[in-house]
Amino acid sequence: MAREGLRYQLFSRRAFMVAGAQFLGFAALGARLYYLGVVQGDEYRVRADKNRVSLRLIPPVRGRILDARGRELATNRQDFRVFLVPEQAGNVALTLDRLGRIVQLDDRDTARLLRQIKRQRRFLPVTVAQGLNWETFSRVNVSIPELPGVVPDSGMSRAYPAGPSVAHLVGYLSTAGEDEIGDNPLYQLPGFKIGRQGLERQYETRLRGTAGTRRVEVNSVGREIRELPGRQEATPGEDIHLSVDLELQNLAAEVMGEHSAGAVVIDIRTGEIVTLASSPSFDPNDFALGISQANWSALMNDQRKPLLNKCLTGQYPPGSTFKSVVALAALEAGVITEETEFFCNGRHPLGDHVFHCHLRRGHGRVNVTQALSKSCDVFFYNVAHKLDIDKIAEMARHFGLGHTLDIGLEGEKPGLVPDRAWKRAVLGQRWNLGETLNVSIGQGAMLTTPLQLAVMTARLASGRLVEPTLEQRPFGGDFMFGTLPVKPENLALVRRGLEMVTEVGGTAHDYSRGKGKAKLAGKTGTAQVRRITRAERLTGVIKNEDLPWEMRDHALYIAYGPVEAPTYAAGILVEHGSSGSKVAAPIARALIDRAIELENGTVPREGEEVAAVPAMLRPQGEVS
Amino acid sequence: MRGASRMFGPSRVNKSLWQRLRGLSWSMVLVNVLIACIGFAILYSVAGGSLDPWASTQMKRFGILFVAMIVIAVVDIRVWMALSYPAWFACLIMLLAVEIAGAVGMGGQRWLDIGPMRVQPSELMKIAVVMALARYFHGRDFYQSRRLTSLIIPAMLILIPASLVVIQPDLGTSITIVGGGVAILFLAGLPAWIFWSAGIAVAAAVPVGWQFLHDYQKNRVLTFLNPESDPLGAGYQITQSKIALGSGGLTGKGFLEGTQSQLNFLPEMKTDFIYTVLAEEFGLVGGIILLGLYMVVLTYGLLTGIGSRSQYGRLLAVGLSCTLYFYVLINVGMVMGLLPVVGVPLPMVSYGGSAMMTWLIAYGLILSAALHRHVNLAPKGSGLA
Repeated sequence: MAREGLRYQLFSRRAFMVAGAQFLGFAALGARLYYLGVVQGDEYRVRADKNRVSLRLIPPVRGRILDARGRELATNRQDFRVFLVPEQAGNVALTLDRLGRIVQLDDRDTARLLRQIKRQRRFLPVTVAQGLNWETFSRVNVSIPELPGVVPDSGMSRAYPAGPSVAHLVGYLSTAGEDEIGDNPLYQLPGFKIGRQGLERQYETRLRGTAGTRRVEVNSVGREIRELPGRQEATPGEDIHLSVDLELQNLAAEVMGEHSAGAVVIDIRTGEIVTLASSPSFDPNDFALGISQANWSALMNDQRKPLLNKCLTGQYPPGSTFKSVVALAALEAGVITEETEFFCNGRHPLGDHVFHCHLRRGHGRVNVTQALSKSCDVFFYNVAHKLDIDKIAEMARHFGLGHTLDIGLEGEKPGLVPDRAWKRAVLGQRWNLGETLNVSIGQGAMLTTPLQLAVMTARLASGRLVEPTLEQRPFGGDFMFGTLPVKPENLALVRRGLEMVTEVGGTAHDYSRGKGKAKLAGKTGTAQVRRITRAERLTGVIKNEDLPWEMRDHALYIAYGPVEAPTYAAGILVEHGSSGSKVAAPIARALIDRAIELENGTVPREGEEVAAVPAMLRPQGEVS
Repeated sequence: MRGASRMFGPSRVNKSLWQRLRGLSWSMVLVNVLIACIGFAILYSVAGGSLDPWASTQMKRFGILFVAMIVIAVVDIRVWMALSYPAWFACLIMLLAVEIAGAVGMGGQRWLDIGPMRVQPSELMKIAVVMALARYFHGRDFYQSRRLTSLIIPAMLILIPASLVVIQPDLGTSITIVGGGVAILFLAGLPAWIFWSAGIAVAAAVPVGWQFLHDYQKNRVLTFLNPESDPLGAGYQITQSKIALGSGGLTGKGFLEGTQSQLNFLPEMKTDFIYTVLAEEFGLVGGIILLGLYMVVLTYGLLTGIGSRSQYGRLLAVGLSCTLYFYVLINVGMVMGLLPVVGVPLPMVSYGGSAMMTWLIAYGLILSAALHRHVNLAPKGSGLA
């Protein structure tokens, strides 16, 4: 068997070669494992940790917004909600359909959610429903096995217990838009919202606080498995203590009723704004949980502009309220004195144009205090002939007009104080005397906001450069503000004129009386929103009541009191309210009275005195 | 040969069943059981510390297939020799059946349902090719074996099934079939220059063959060459596998503590990448121990061949050892990033019955060859057929 021997010899030699090759192969695998695990082990351990350890943000608890006496205007409430992570849901439409039977989603909601899901990255959760009650929330939890990708969550949502009466002030929150999400990882947290309006927006950084972090172990699809040590708690946002008093806000909302109006009351001593209310309003809670389309359209289409804060963003001619400043400017310039009198026969011709007094038959002979108390236009036309417009403008600026007061709310308008430089710059024309005549009675190009009117009044009342603020500011003595650059006796004379407004024969006498209440000084104002033609003058001026609402005059009123030692000043505007005295003055009366009572602790029982006031203010005609 | 017979001890030719059972290499049977138990343990870990659903199923499979291995081992090797060609043809018919079923519209199916069993013909073919080649060269003496004409039938025995498998498409199994076949050609004594020139020819054919690969196969190769190029797509698997292997370090993260596996970063954990789970949780030590166990049983197969009296027994034992070796090498090399991802499970350890069946049938044959190493077989037949 030589052949068999040769065959076996060759076979065994080659079999040992195969054995060697097999051993080499195993050795190579072992060496590779050694290289990966021991030589490069540290690097791969780091990479394994990078895989599994994820840093998650802990949203901070948002600070509250509190009123002057610590009542919550904006706070946080426990909220049950449901998120959907599209990536984990598989069939999103099917899941939404099943979920929709529990949490009540209509077709529109579903369509909106599907749009949102399409827009954003698939591992980001979308909020399907929020503000759920415990029962619904439990039912979602029970059904979780059939709802892949659905994440029930209980978290904090924003609530506004004070509701519409502080809506313009406090503002509201909403989720960050797709374009903002890149800015801040916090915005990606489901349900995280940022301030959109009002103080929520203005104080965003203070209210928000600082996010904490926690290290969690996640699996390959990002689901949290457990929390790892090294948690850093979030720092809650700061509480903001406002100077505004909720009770006054509520009263303001009540007395303004259905009117389109704005009311600002300032503590003259400290500049604290105790009321800043705009009417009509909206419920910020609607925004907290996502406003419905119907509600939104209603707000947008209302000609009374509920979303606008008229106290800051509404600019109106100050009308006769401005005469106080003009009178002071004239006295300071020496153009008139206490004794200066002009004769009013109801008309004041200038060139081929005739300027009219609001009283057609005229006031007869009037001095400066009478001119203020009876709001005689012709007196101020005469003053305007001698008083340069730049002097009026300069004085107006001392009173906070023509520029923003920077109380820290978005959208504050500067108003407009016209002068020669302004006309040259804007219209490229020379100033003419007729315009000074218009400005002297607060008309023409002149524009102010209700806030500015309140500040102007506070400065008139105190003679100091009162600076308004929404935050609490402790009283720093009489010298916390500088003094106005005017002679005290001139200021006293103007104040006397304003006091006479509410006395017998004054324009607001009938409407600013308060039995047993503090004596207030005030000034009525009416701002025309239409031009009265010569033809109409001849046939008789149409009464405001006969005009459509949007053509009627704006009603204005400024007031301060008590006159002996003024503590509060108010600026009131009622859009198309026709008459400053009838409509606006009672609002100021009610608010200042209540402010004084709150301060003295002598608040009348509910419904006793206050109820009488709004009855007088019942809206008329088209307003309701 | 004398040394080899001392190693395996004296033995007579025709024995009773009891004698044959006693003569079985129970130490090797035990090593196989150990390998299977490592598999159960890892499947238990992959299920998050639960026997269900995988470990328990795998245990049942192993129980049945283990008995099959013992039965195969005690069956006379002459029976297996006689069945060598029929087995090859039977497997070929099943392979064709799979192809036809696939063409009829069931898509890339690789198995046949035969009664309650699901049989993957390509797996059985790995064994049948070795059996048929061993049978062929058993009948060729030294000089006949070295003739080039002796290459014609073996080439058909290898290439027909290999090409059927590659179009399934199952490149990994196809390579194992060719590898096992080439190993037998080498052991049977074909001139060495044939292997050299074939090696060169293959190297030259790679660029041409590249064009015939499916896109997903091309991707696998490209990803293998540079897995980091696409860490979230095709390279994800291999990248995550390397992270798991590397982060296991020397002694591993501990049983049930592998973060890559427990947190699902690893793909295909219970099947192709099960070795990675082992190495993550038990480290280099665990990985080397399993490789060592494989080497022990495979080396036993080589020694069985060297100690066999018949050429059929020699080629069968060494050839099957090589087939099983390729199985292990391709899988472990793949998860370590040494070879492209070709979708080959780790036999005995990966979840699934096919690979375990192949391994235990093949090992049953190796044990049978060892048991019957002294049996002298006639050149032209077993004496039974």
